[in-house]
Amino acid sequence: MFDKESLERLEKEKVRWENSTVKKVIEKTPERYEKFYTGSNIEVNRLYTPLDVQEMDYMEDLGFPGEYPFTRGIQPTMYRGRLWTMRQYAGFGTAEESNKRYKYLLSQGQTGLSVAFDLPTQIGYDSDHPLAQGEVGKVGVAIDSLKDIETLFDGIPLDKVSTSMTINAPAAILLAMYIAVAEKQGVSSEKLSGTIQNDILKEYVARGTYIFPPEPSMRLITDIFEFCSKHVPKWNTISISGYHIREAGATAVQEVAFTLANGIAYVEAAIKAGLDVDEFAPRLSFFFNAHNDLFEEVAKFRAARRLWAKIMKERFKAKDPKSMMLRFHTQTAGSTLTAQQPDNNIVRVTIQALAAVLGGTQSLHTNSRDEALALPTEDSVRIALRTQQIIAYESGVTETIDPLAGSYYVEHLTNLIEQKAMEYIKKIDELGGAPKAIEKGYIQQEIQDSAYRYQQEIESGRRIVVGVNKFQIEEEPPKNLLKVDPEVERIQKEKLSKLKATRDNLAVKNALDELSKKALSNENLMPTIITCVKTYATLGEICDTLRRVFGEYKATVSF
Amino acid sequence: MQCERTIRVLIAKPGLDGHDRGAKVIARALRDAGMEVIYTGLRQTPEQIVEAAIQEDVDVIGLSILSGAHNVLFPRIMELLKEKGIDDILVIGGGVIPHDDIPFLKKCGIAEVFTPGTPISQIIEFIKNNVKK
Repeated sequence: MFDKESLERLEKEKVRWENSTVKKVIEKTPERYEKFYTGSNIEVNRLYTPLDVQEMDYMEDLGFPGEYPFTRGIQPTMYRGRLWTMRQYAGFGTAEESNKRYKYLLSQGQTGLSVAFDLPTQIGYDSDHPLAQGEVGKVGVAIDSLKDIETLFDGIPLDKVSTSMTINAPAAILLAMYIAVAEKQGVSSEKLSGTIQNDILKEYVARGTYIFPPEPSMRLITDIFEFCSKHVPKWNTISISGYHIREAGATAVQEVAFTLANGIAYVEAAIKAGLDVDEFAPRLSFFFNAHNDLFEEVAKFRAARRLWAKIMKERFKAKDPKSMMLRFHTQTAGSTLTAQQPDNNIVRVTIQALAAVLGGTQSLHTNSRDEALALPTEDSVRIALRTQQIIAYESGVTETIDPLAGSYYVEHLTNLIEQKAMEYIKKIDELGGAPKAIEKGYIQQEIQDSAYRYQQEIESGRRIVVGVNKFQIEEEPPKNLLKVDPEVERIQKEKLSKLKATRDNLAVKNALDELSKKALSNENLMPTIITCVKTYATLGEICDTLRRVFGEYKATVSF
Repeated sequence: MQCERTIRVLIAKPGLDGHDRGAKVIARALRDAGMEVIYTGLRQTPEQIVEAAIQEDVDVIGLSILSGAHNVLFPRIMELLKEKGIDDILVIGGGVIPHDDIPFLKKCGIAEVFTPGTPISQIIEFIKNNVKK
């Protein structure tokens, strides 16, 4: 992008500046540190100039928005056309309470729903399972059967809203329930839009809500890909998630690398199952974290977009540009929130949300200030949503596309993150791909090492967290935290036993027997799962049926 | 001359939540501080945790929970220890635990609850000063 002559001159001038102007100042007032680093420990130079991006070719490396390699964004007009979807992850207690929270959020200008399920639901246990004790309705809504889903979406027109569901191991079952409840509203599956997370690989690595071993889990995922490409064409069949990998302690580079490595594994599995890449790849979506290091995060999103485009085009020979577009949801970083001086979290979330927007996110969840303490209150959630609205309507950053492009620093970081992520992906390929690398514990170990390093930096004071290891104050414990009513468990159990007493239990048994048979075959399981949920077979019953055929995953423990 | 016994710690994840970054970081830091550390892995029932503590003859149990189920699971663990007649294991907890819940947990026998942002040095200090065996 720069001619040779001016680069040579610049190089000389830079040396002169360092040896005269800078040197004089440093002799009097040394810099704060000998070396500087990004939030993910990439060394940062004093100054970036065209010298740091001299290898770049504008058309090849950046191009135009909406065109390969999508570095500058996936849509031709980005936020000038439509703002990102403001989507707050919510759900707690019973389906009735969560339904109320969704209606409140929609009334406040939220534009999509995002369902949080409680842990028993995520791990495929009904509310009356012994392991569910104490967990029912705690981190999300408790769902035992289609009955609960009917209540959850009562009065919410499913042809008008898009719904994201954070569900992985039992994703096929929750999607089946969603299709069934839409049918009852008179909405056909072709009209449904939304996302299921459905990303089991990162569960083994970072999030922990796995049920089945990798092989049958991958089969369920590719069954969903195939079924949706025919019957739910607007549905995002997977949200390949770096979010939890980052939360577990990964660096920005590792977040990109491990997420895309998982993405590669899903594409390979689907191709192996006989699908054509351009048939399912346009419906793959991604989910990233947004941390505090503003420029590094923006660079991360841009690098991820470019790298995925190249992988899809060059490695998988995709033809449809939609297969090459990395569309992503962002959530601000829960792990950066502090229990100390919780109002400071509003400021952290603002920086993180800004990074996501400058990085070109398609949808965004902003965390609430009180989430290091408990589930957020309605007031806190409103501030978090308002933070997005202020960025959208007042900051002006939405008016032009990819405004940080051309910054020597941001472009340099974008290149560096892409290159370092690619090195990891090569290493993972050598280990036999992401599932093998996970089985060997390689990815987990890399993440744990980063997490430990991060903590040591805080302990030593090299990394400052305001209010935690600097600028502390004596404070009163915060008041007015959200409490989930412990009655939820009892109410949920009661509903469950009533359901089991009133449904057609023979129909349930027949449907589950059929599922058991199909699970042993190679047939797509989605139609049978839909039949099961319509008989009001419970989530636990369906998962237990599959557990008997597939077995359960046992994690290896290390630290 | 009396040899100082190495402190043995069981880091345990009761309940269903999969957030074990904190548990693993603490486990490693305690190991680096010279303690012997066993980590249970995810999804442990109170029964499994108490069983592991007995099997491994630990001095300390460190419970980590972020799902909000602490008010049910922590007391259950203390109850089981009591049933087995064990009163010389120091039990501490950490995670996303609202301040309002801490007095109740302490009344149940949890010696201390460490919330997010606690320096690990403080936890190490606490263990060294309060270990019962």
